[in-house]
Amino acid sequence: MVPAGASAAAAVLAAGFDSIRETPGSGSERAPYCMMGVCFDCLAEIDGVPNRQSCMVEVKPAMQIRRQLGARRIDPATG
Amino acid sequence: MERYDAIVIGGGLVGSAIAYGLARAGMRAALLDEGDVAYRAARGNFGLVWVQSKGDGAPHYQRWTRRSADEWPALAQELLTNTGISVGHQRPGGVHLCLDEAELAARHAMMERMRAQSGNFGFDYRMLDRGELADLLPGLGPAVIGGSWTPYDGHANPLNLLHALHKGFVEKGGHYLPNNPVTEAGVAPGGFRIHATGGEIGAPKVVLAAGLGNAALAPHFGLCAPVKPLKGQILVTERARHVLPIPITTIRQTVEGGIMLGDSQEDAGFDTSQSPAVMQTIARRAVLSFPWLRDLQIVRAWAALRVMPPDGLPIYDQSERFPGAFTANCHSGVTLAGAHANLFAPMVAAGVLDPALEAFSARRLDVPATA
Repeated sequence: MVPAGASAAAAVLAAGFDSIRETPGSGSERAPYCMMGVCFDCLAEIDGVPNRQSCMVEVKPAMQIRRQLGARRIDPATG
Repeated sequence: MERYDAIVIGGGLVGSAIAYGLARAGMRAALLDEGDVAYRAARGNFGLVWVQSKGDGAPHYQRWTRRSADEWPALAQELLTNTGISVGHQRPGGVHLCLDEAELAARHAMMERMRAQSGNFGFDYRMLDRGELADLLPGLGPAVIGGSWTPYDGHANPLNLLHALHKGFVEKGGHYLPNNPVTEAGVAPGGFRIHATGGEIGAPKVVLAAGLGNAALAPHFGLCAPVKPLKGQILVTERARHVLPIPITTIRQTVEGGIMLGDSQEDAGFDTSQSPAVMQTIARRAVLSFPWLRDLQIVRAWAALRVMPPDGLPIYDQSERFPGAFTANCHSGVTLAGAHANLFAPMVAAGVLDPALEAFSARRLDVPATA
Protein backbone atom coordinates (compact mmCIF):
# COMPACT_ATOMS: atom_id res chain seq x y z
CA MET A 1 0.00 0.00 0.00
CA VAL A 2 1.20 3.51 -0.83
CA PRO A 3 -0.38 6.92 -0.31
CA ALA A 4 -2.53 8.48 -3.02
CA GLY A 5 -0.38 10.35 -5.52
CA ALA A 6 2.55 7.93 -5.20
CA SER A 7 4.21 6.70 -8.36
CA ALA A 8 3.92 3.20 -9.77
CA ALA A 9 7.66 2.82 -9.09
CA ALA A 10 7.12 3.66 -5.42
CA ALA A 11 4.33 1.07 -5.26
CA VAL A 12 6.62 -1.58 -6.73
CA LEU A 13 9.40 -0.79 -4.26
CA ALA A 14 6.95 -0.66 -1.33
CA ALA A 15 5.66 -4.10 -2.31
CA GLY A 16 9.18 -5.42 -1.75
CA PHE A 17 10.30 -6.12 -5.32
CA ASP A 18 14.08 -6.07 -5.88
CA SER A 19 13.91 -5.31 -9.57
CA ILE A 20 11.45 -3.93 -12.06
CA ARG A 21 13.12 -4.74 -15.37
CA GLU A 22 15.84 -6.57 -17.28
CA THR A 23 18.12 -4.44 -19.46
CA PRO A 24 17.96 -4.76 -23.27
CA GLY A 25 21.66 -5.52 -23.70
CA SER A 26 22.65 -8.03 -21.04
CA GLY A 27 19.36 -8.79 -19.30
CA SER A 28 20.65 -7.55 -15.94
CA GLU A 29 18.17 -6.66 -13.23
CA ARG A 30 17.36 -3.05 -12.47
CA ALA A 31 15.20 -1.30 -9.89
CA PRO A 32 13.81 2.27 -9.86
CA TYR A 33 16.63 4.66 -9.02
CA CYS A 34 16.35 8.41 -9.41
CA MET A 35 12.59 8.48 -8.87
CA MET A 36 12.43 11.72 -10.85
CA GLY A 37 12.29 10.76 -14.51
CA VAL A 38 15.88 11.07 -15.67
CA CYS A 39 17.58 7.70 -15.24
CA PHE A 40 15.18 5.40 -17.17
CA ASP A 41 15.92 2.54 -14.77
CA CYS A 42 12.27 2.23 -13.65
CA LEU A 43 10.90 1.15 -17.05
CA ALA A 44 7.89 -1.13 -16.74
CA GLU A 45 4.92 -2.19 -18.83
CA ILE A 46 1.94 -0.33 -17.38
CA ASP A 47 -1.60 -1.23 -18.49
CA GLY A 48 -0.21 -2.81 -21.64
CA VAL A 49 2.06 0.05 -22.65
CA PRO A 50 5.75 -0.98 -22.54
CA ASN A 51 8.71 1.11 -21.41
CA ARG A 52 6.76 3.51 -19.23
CA GLN A 53 8.85 5.42 -16.73
CA SER A 54 7.01 4.08 -13.72
CA CYS A 55 8.30 6.84 -11.44
CA MET A 56 6.44 9.36 -13.61
CA VAL A 57 3.12 7.49 -13.54
CA GLU A 58 0.73 7.92 -10.63
CA VAL A 59 -0.36 4.53 -9.34
CA LYS A 60 -4.09 3.76 -9.57
CA PRO A 61 -6.21 0.89 -8.21
CA ALA A 62 -6.15 -2.19 -10.46
CA MET A 63 -3.22 -0.78 -12.47
CA GLN A 64 -1.40 -3.64 -14.25
CA ILE A 65 2.34 -3.20 -13.75
CA ARG A 66 4.55 -5.77 -15.47
CA ARG A 67 8.31 -6.11 -15.57
CA GLN A 68 9.92 -4.68 -18.71
CA LEU A 69 11.93 -7.63 -20.02
CA GLY A 70 14.53 -6.19 -22.37
CA ALA A 71 13.67 -3.92 -25.27
CA ARG A 72 10.03 -3.45 -26.11
CA ARG A 73 8.52 -5.24 -29.07
CA ILE A 74 7.39 -3.55 -32.22
CA ASP A 75 4.61 -4.93 -34.38
CA PRO A 76 5.34 -3.61 -37.86
CA ALA A 77 1.81 -4.49 -38.93
CA THR A 78 0.31 -1.80 -36.67
CA GLY A 79 -0.30 1.77 -37.78
CA MET B 1 58.26 23.85 -23.75
CA GLU B 2 57.13 20.31 -24.48
CA ARG B 3 58.01 19.21 -28.00
CA TYR B 4 56.12 16.76 -30.19
CA ASP B 5 56.38 15.37 -33.72
CA ALA B 6 52.86 16.62 -34.42
CA ILE B 7 50.13 18.61 -32.71
CA VAL B 8 46.50 18.08 -33.66
CA ILE B 9 44.16 20.90 -32.68
CA GLY B 10 40.65 19.58 -32.10
CA GLY B 11 39.68 16.30 -30.44
CA GLY B 12 36.42 15.54 -32.25
CA LEU B 13 35.90 12.79 -34.80
CA VAL B 14 38.18 14.42 -37.38
CA GLY B 15 40.99 15.33 -34.99
CA SER B 16 40.95 12.08 -33.04
CA ALA B 17 40.94 9.97 -36.22
CA ILE B 18 43.95 11.86 -37.58
CA ALA B 19 45.73 11.81 -34.21
CA TYR B 20 45.11 8.06 -33.90
CA GLY B 21 46.63 7.52 -37.35
CA LEU B 22 49.67 9.65 -36.46
CA ALA B 23 50.26 7.84 -33.15
CA ARG B 24 49.88 4.51 -34.92
CA ALA B 25 52.56 5.64 -37.37
CA GLY B 26 54.92 6.10 -34.44
CA MET B 27 54.75 9.89 -34.20
CA ARG B 28 54.88 11.52 -30.80
CA ALA B 29 51.61 13.43 -30.97
CA ALA B 30 49.58 15.82 -28.84
CA LEU B 31 45.83 16.21 -29.24
CA LEU B 32 44.50 19.54 -28.00
CA ASP B 33 40.86 19.88 -27.06
CA GLU B 34 38.72 22.66 -25.63
CA GLY B 35 36.46 22.04 -22.63
CA ASP B 36 32.86 20.94 -22.40
CA VAL B 37 31.74 24.26 -23.86
CA ALA B 38 32.84 24.13 -27.49
CA TYR B 39 31.22 23.77 -30.91
CA ARG B 40 31.49 19.96 -30.80
CA ALA B 41 30.19 18.87 -34.19
CA ALA B 42 31.05 15.34 -32.99
CA ARG B 43 27.76 15.39 -31.04
CA GLY B 44 25.78 16.39 -34.11
CA ASN B 45 25.98 13.31 -36.28
CA PHE B 46 23.55 10.58 -37.15
CA GLY B 47 25.94 7.63 -37.23
CA LEU B 48 25.69 6.90 -40.94
CA VAL B 49 28.75 5.72 -42.83
CA TRP B 50 27.17 6.93 -46.02
CA VAL B 51 28.29 6.83 -49.61
CA GLN B 52 25.31 6.95 -51.95
CA SER B 53 24.60 10.66 -51.85
CA LYS B 54 28.13 12.01 -51.58
CA GLY B 55 29.84 13.66 -54.50
CA ASP B 56 27.15 14.38 -57.09
CA GLY B 57 29.05 16.65 -59.47
CA ALA B 58 32.33 16.00 -57.65
CA PRO B 59 33.70 12.58 -58.58
CA HIS B 60 36.81 13.12 -56.43
CA TYR B 61 34.57 13.36 -53.37
CA GLN B 62 32.62 10.30 -54.43
CA ARG B 63 35.89 8.35 -54.60
CA TRP B 64 37.27 9.72 -51.32
CA THR B 65 34.02 8.81 -49.56
CA ARG B 66 34.01 5.32 -51.03
CA ARG B 67 37.65 4.77 -50.11
CA SER B 68 36.85 5.87 -46.56
CA ALA B 69 33.85 3.52 -46.32
CA ASP B 70 36.10 0.72 -47.58
CA GLU B 71 38.64 1.49 -44.81
CA TRP B 72 35.95 1.42 -42.14
CA PRO B 73 35.70 -2.34 -41.50
CA ALA B 74 39.44 -2.66 -40.94
CA LEU B 75 39.52 0.41 -38.71
CA ALA B 76 36.56 -0.88 -36.66
CA GLN B 77 38.21 -4.27 -36.20
CA GLU B 78 41.54 -2.70 -35.28
CA LEU B 79 39.88 -0.42 -32.70
CA LEU B 80 38.09 -3.41 -31.19
CA THR B 81 41.33 -5.38 -30.97
CA ASN B 82 43.36 -2.48 -29.58
CA THR B 83 40.86 -0.85 -27.23
CA GLY B 84 38.18 -3.46 -26.57
CA ILE B 85 35.55 -0.96 -27.73
CA SER B 86 33.13 -2.05 -30.44
CA VAL B 87 32.10 0.79 -32.70
CA GLY B 88 29.11 -1.23 -33.88
CA HIS B 89 29.87 -0.88 -37.57
CA GLN B 90 27.50 -2.61 -39.93
CA ARG B 91 27.57 -2.34 -43.71
CA PRO B 92 24.41 -3.94 -45.08
CA GLY B 93 23.94 -1.29 -47.77
CA GLY B 94 21.57 1.62 -47.37
CA VAL B 95 18.34 2.98 -48.69
CA HIS B 96 16.92 6.40 -49.45
CA LEU B 97 13.11 6.40 -49.46
CA CYS B 98 10.97 8.52 -51.79
CA LEU B 99 7.43 9.56 -50.97
CA ASP B 100 6.28 10.85 -54.36
CA GLU B 101 7.02 10.49 -58.06
CA ALA B 102 8.96 13.74 -58.32
CA GLU B 103 11.30 12.67 -55.48
CA LEU B 104 11.76 9.27 -57.05
CA ALA B 105 12.54 10.69 -60.48
CA ALA B 106 15.02 13.15 -59.00
CA ARG B 107 16.68 10.40 -56.97
CA HIS B 108 16.97 8.13 -59.99
CA ALA B 109 18.49 10.96 -62.02
CA MET B 110 21.01 11.64 -59.24
CA MET B 111 22.02 7.98 -59.02
CA GLU B 112 22.52 7.92 -62.78
CA ARG B 113 24.69 11.03 -62.63
CA MET B 114 26.80 9.48 -59.87
CA ARG B 115 27.25 6.37 -61.99
CA ALA B 116 28.17 8.33 -65.11
CA GLN B 117 30.60 10.55 -63.18
CA SER B 118 32.26 7.60 -61.46
CA GLY B 119 34.10 6.64 -64.63
CA ASN B 120 36.16 3.51 -64.20
CA PHE B 121 35.72 3.63 -60.42
CA GLY B 122 32.17 2.40 -60.85
CA PHE B 123 28.98 3.08 -58.87
CA ASP B 124 26.56 0.24 -58.29
CA TYR B 125 23.03 1.20 -57.36
CA ARG B 126 19.50 -0.14 -57.65
CA MET B 127 16.23 1.73 -57.79
CA LEU B 128 13.82 -0.38 -55.76
CA ASP B 129 10.08 -0.25 -56.27
CA ARG B 130 7.57 -0.33 -53.45
CA GLY B 131 7.24 -4.09 -53.52
CA GLU B 132 10.97 -4.70 -53.28
CA LEU B 133 11.30 -2.18 -50.46
CA ALA B 134 8.39 -3.73 -48.57
CA ASP B 135 10.14 -7.11 -48.70
CA LEU B 136 13.23 -5.52 -47.20
CA LEU B 137 11.68 -3.14 -44.65
CA PRO B 138 8.98 -4.38 -42.25
CA GLY B 139 5.85 -2.28 -41.96
CA LEU B 140 6.80 0.08 -44.78
CA GLY B 141 4.21 2.85 -45.04
CA PRO B 142 1.86 3.10 -48.02
CA ALA B 143 3.23 6.58 -48.72
CA VAL B 144 6.59 5.16 -49.81
CA ILE B 145 6.64 4.59 -53.56
CA GLY B 146 10.26 3.57 -54.11
CA GLY B 147 13.84 4.33 -53.29
CA SER B 148 17.51 3.98 -54.08
CA TRP B 149 19.87 1.38 -52.65
CA THR B 150 23.63 0.95 -52.86
CA PRO B 151 25.81 -1.74 -51.27
CA TYR B 152 28.35 0.78 -50.00
CA ASP B 153 26.36 2.32 -47.14
CA GLY B 154 26.34 1.42 -43.49
CA HIS B 155 26.21 2.82 -39.97
CA ALA B 156 28.06 2.81 -36.67
CA ASN B 157 27.99 4.19 -33.13
CA PRO B 158 29.72 7.59 -33.27
CA LEU B 159 30.04 7.92 -29.50
CA ASN B 160 31.87 4.61 -29.29
CA LEU B 161 33.96 5.63 -32.30
CA LEU B 162 35.11 8.83 -30.56
CA HIS B 163 35.84 6.92 -27.36
CA ALA B 164 37.77 4.20 -29.21
CA LEU B 165 39.84 6.68 -31.23
CA HIS B 166 40.76 8.59 -28.07
CA LYS B 167 41.57 5.43 -26.15
CA GLY B 168 43.58 4.04 -29.05
CA PHE B 169 45.47 7.32 -29.39
CA VAL B 170 46.45 7.41 -25.73
CA GLU B 171 47.36 3.73 -25.64
CA LYS B 172 49.72 4.30 -28.57
CA GLY B 173 51.51 6.99 -26.56
CA GLY B 174 49.54 10.05 -27.63
CA HIS B 175 49.13 12.93 -25.18
CA TYR B 176 45.53 14.09 -24.89
CA LEU B 177 45.37 17.66 -23.57
CA PRO B 178 41.77 18.69 -22.86
CA ASN B 179 40.64 22.06 -21.49
CA ASN B 180 43.33 23.64 -23.66
CA PRO B 181 41.81 26.10 -26.12
CA VAL B 182 44.52 27.58 -28.31
CA THR B 183 45.16 31.18 -27.27
CA GLU B 184 48.10 31.97 -29.49
CA ALA B 185 50.06 30.28 -32.22
CA GLY B 186 53.19 31.21 -34.06
CA VAL B 187 56.01 29.98 -36.16
CA ALA B 188 59.19 28.99 -34.35
CA PRO B 189 62.47 27.46 -35.48
CA GLY B 190 61.70 23.81 -36.23
CA GLY B 191 58.05 24.40 -36.80
CA PHE B 192 55.26 25.81 -34.73
CA ARG B 193 54.70 27.07 -31.21
CA ILE B 194 51.19 26.63 -29.83
CA HIS B 195 50.05 28.50 -26.76
CA ALA B 196 47.19 26.76 -25.01
CA THR B 197 45.81 27.66 -21.59
CA GLY B 198 47.83 24.85 -20.06
CA GLY B 199 51.13 26.00 -21.47
CA GLU B 200 53.24 26.12 -24.61
CA ILE B 201 53.99 23.16 -26.85
CA GLY B 202 55.89 22.92 -30.11
CA ALA B 203 56.09 20.63 -33.12
CA PRO B 204 57.26 20.70 -36.74
CA LYS B 205 53.75 19.66 -37.80
CA VAL B 206 50.35 20.98 -36.83
CA VAL B 207 46.97 19.71 -38.02
CA LEU B 208 44.00 22.02 -37.66
CA ALA B 209 40.97 19.80 -37.00
CA ALA B 210 38.92 22.13 -34.86
CA GLY B 211 35.74 21.96 -36.91
CA LEU B 212 33.96 25.31 -36.85
CA GLY B 213 36.93 26.66 -34.89
CA ASN B 214 39.15 26.18 -37.94
CA ALA B 215 37.74 29.27 -39.63
CA ALA B 216 39.44 31.53 -37.10
CA LEU B 217 42.54 29.38 -36.57
CA ALA B 218 43.46 28.76 -40.20
CA PRO B 219 44.74 32.22 -41.21
CA HIS B 220 47.33 32.10 -38.41
CA PHE B 221 48.90 29.15 -40.21
CA GLY B 222 48.68 30.48 -43.74
CA LEU B 223 45.62 28.31 -44.36
CA CYS B 224 42.03 28.95 -45.28
CA ALA B 225 39.02 27.09 -43.85
CA PRO B 226 35.86 29.13 -44.45
CA VAL B 227 33.47 26.65 -42.83
CA LYS B 228 30.10 27.68 -41.45
CA PRO B 229 27.67 26.13 -38.96
CA LEU B 230 24.71 24.10 -40.16
CA LYS B 231 22.20 23.21 -37.47
CA GLY B 232 20.61 19.78 -37.39
CA GLN B 233 18.06 18.18 -35.10
CA ILE B 234 17.54 14.55 -34.18
CA LEU B 235 14.90 12.54 -32.35
CA VAL B 236 15.67 9.22 -30.62
CA THR B 237 13.07 6.64 -29.65
CA GLU B 238 12.94 4.23 -26.75
CA ARG B 239 14.86 0.99 -27.23
CA ALA B 240 12.98 -1.67 -29.13
CA ARG B 241 13.60 -5.18 -30.42
CA HIS B 242 15.33 -5.08 -33.77
CA VAL B 243 13.05 -4.36 -36.71
CA LEU B 244 15.05 -2.35 -39.25
CA PRO B 245 17.69 -4.46 -41.00
CA ILE B 246 19.35 -1.63 -42.92
CA PRO B 247 19.92 2.09 -42.41
CA ILE B 248 17.83 4.64 -44.25
CA THR B 249 19.11 8.18 -44.83
CA THR B 250 16.88 9.61 -42.10
CA ILE B 251 15.96 6.56 -40.01
CA ARG B 252 18.26 4.01 -38.44
CA GLN B 253 18.02 1.58 -35.57
CA THR B 254 21.08 1.45 -33.32
CA VAL B 255 22.66 -1.74 -32.02
CA GLU B 256 21.14 -0.97 -28.61
CA GLY B 257 17.66 -0.75 -30.14
CA GLY B 258 16.78 2.94 -30.15
CA ILE B 259 15.64 4.35 -33.48
CA MET B 260 17.22 7.61 -34.59
CA LEU B 261 15.17 9.98 -36.72
CA GLY B 262 16.46 12.92 -38.75
CA ASP B 263 17.31 15.09 -40.47
CA SER B 264 17.32 18.81 -40.83
CA GLN B 265 19.64 21.39 -42.34
CA GLU B 266 19.06 24.78 -40.81
CA ASP B 267 21.02 27.91 -41.49
CA ALA B 268 20.69 29.40 -38.00
CA GLY B 269 24.16 30.72 -37.23
CA PHE B 270 25.44 29.41 -33.93
CA ASP B 271 21.99 28.90 -32.41
CA THR B 272 21.52 25.41 -30.98
CA SER B 273 17.94 25.63 -29.82
CA GLN B 274 15.44 22.98 -30.84
CA SER B 275 12.22 23.86 -32.62
CA PRO B 276 8.93 21.96 -32.49
CA ALA B 277 8.22 22.74 -36.16
CA VAL B 278 11.41 21.02 -37.32
CA MET B 279 10.87 18.12 -34.93
CA GLN B 280 7.34 17.71 -36.32
CA THR B 281 8.66 17.63 -39.88
CA ILE B 282 11.13 14.93 -38.93
CA ALA B 283 8.49 12.92 -37.08
CA ARG B 284 5.94 13.30 -39.86
CA ARG B 285 8.24 11.97 -42.56
CA ALA B 286 9.36 9.12 -40.31
CA VAL B 287 5.78 8.04 -39.58
CA LEU B 288 4.87 8.25 -43.29
CA SER B 289 7.79 5.92 -43.96
CA PHE B 290 6.95 3.50 -41.10
CA PRO B 291 3.55 4.02 -39.49
CA TRP B 292 4.46 1.77 -36.54
CA LEU B 293 6.93 4.45 -35.42
CA ARG B 294 3.88 6.39 -34.23
CA ASP B 295 3.61 4.15 -31.16
CA LEU B 296 7.18 4.66 -29.96
CA GLN B 297 8.08 7.19 -27.32
CA ILE B 298 10.73 9.79 -28.04
CA VAL B 299 13.21 9.70 -25.15
CA ARG B 300 15.75 12.20 -26.38
CA ALA B 301 16.03 15.02 -28.89
CA TRP B 302 18.71 17.60 -29.48
CA ALA B 303 20.08 20.13 -31.91
CA ALA B 304 23.71 20.54 -32.84
CA LEU B 305 25.95 22.50 -35.18
CA ARG B 306 27.63 20.63 -37.98
CA VAL B 307 30.41 21.88 -40.18
CA MET B 308 29.62 23.00 -43.72
CA PRO B 309 32.29 24.15 -46.18
CA PRO B 310 31.10 26.64 -48.82
CA ASP B 311 30.48 24.00 -51.52
CA GLY B 312 29.80 21.11 -49.15
CA LEU B 313 33.04 19.35 -50.03
CA PRO B 314 35.96 18.75 -47.66
CA ILE B 315 38.87 21.15 -47.46
CA TYR B 316 42.31 19.56 -47.10
CA ASP B 317 45.47 21.62 -47.41
CA GLN B 318 49.05 21.94 -46.41
CA SER B 319 50.07 25.55 -45.97
CA GLU B 320 52.30 26.84 -48.77
CA ARG B 321 53.56 29.68 -46.62
CA PHE B 322 54.18 27.49 -43.54
CA PRO B 323 54.81 23.92 -44.72
CA GLY B 324 54.03 21.47 -41.96
CA ALA B 325 50.71 23.10 -41.15
CA PHE B 326 47.77 21.07 -42.38
CA THR B 327 44.03 21.49 -42.18
CA ALA B 328 41.19 18.96 -42.45
CA ASN B 329 37.59 20.14 -42.72
CA CYS B 330 34.50 18.18 -43.65
CA HIS B 331 30.80 17.72 -43.07
CA SER B 332 30.91 13.92 -42.73
CA GLY B 333 33.25 13.22 -39.85
CA VAL B 334 31.81 9.77 -39.20
CA THR B 335 31.94 8.53 -42.79
CA LEU B 336 35.40 9.99 -43.38
CA ALA B 337 36.93 8.58 -40.16
CA GLY B 338 38.32 5.67 -42.18
CA ALA B 339 40.07 7.99 -44.65
CA HIS B 340 41.25 10.35 -41.93
CA ALA B 341 42.89 7.64 -39.84
CA ASN B 342 44.17 5.40 -42.63
CA LEU B 343 44.81 7.70 -45.61
CA PHE B 344 45.13 11.32 -44.46
CA ALA B 345 47.20 10.72 -41.32
CA PRO B 346 49.92 8.82 -43.26
CA MET B 347 50.07 11.78 -45.68
CA VAL B 348 50.67 14.14 -42.77
CA ALA B 349 53.30 11.79 -41.38
CA ALA B 350 55.03 11.77 -44.79
CA GLY B 351 54.79 15.56 -44.99
CA VAL B 352 52.94 15.71 -48.30
CA LEU B 353 49.31 15.38 -49.34
CA ASP B 354 48.51 13.00 -52.21
CA PRO B 355 47.74 14.53 -55.60
CA ALA B 356 44.28 12.96 -55.17
CA LEU B 357 43.55 15.60 -52.52
CA GLU B 358 44.54 18.59 -54.64
CA ALA B 359 40.95 19.09 -55.74
CA PHE B 360 40.02 19.56 -52.07
CA SER B 361 42.39 22.49 -51.57
CA ALA B 362 40.82 25.79 -50.49
CA ARG B 363 42.38 27.29 -53.63
CA ARG B 364 39.24 26.08 -55.44
CA LEU B 365 37.17 28.50 -53.40
CA ASP B 366 37.11 32.09 -54.53
CA VAL B 367 38.60 33.55 -51.35
CA PRO B 368 41.16 36.29 -50.87
CA ALA B 369 44.75 35.19 -50.25
CA THR B 370 45.60 34.77 -46.58
CA ALA B 371 47.97 37.18 -44.87
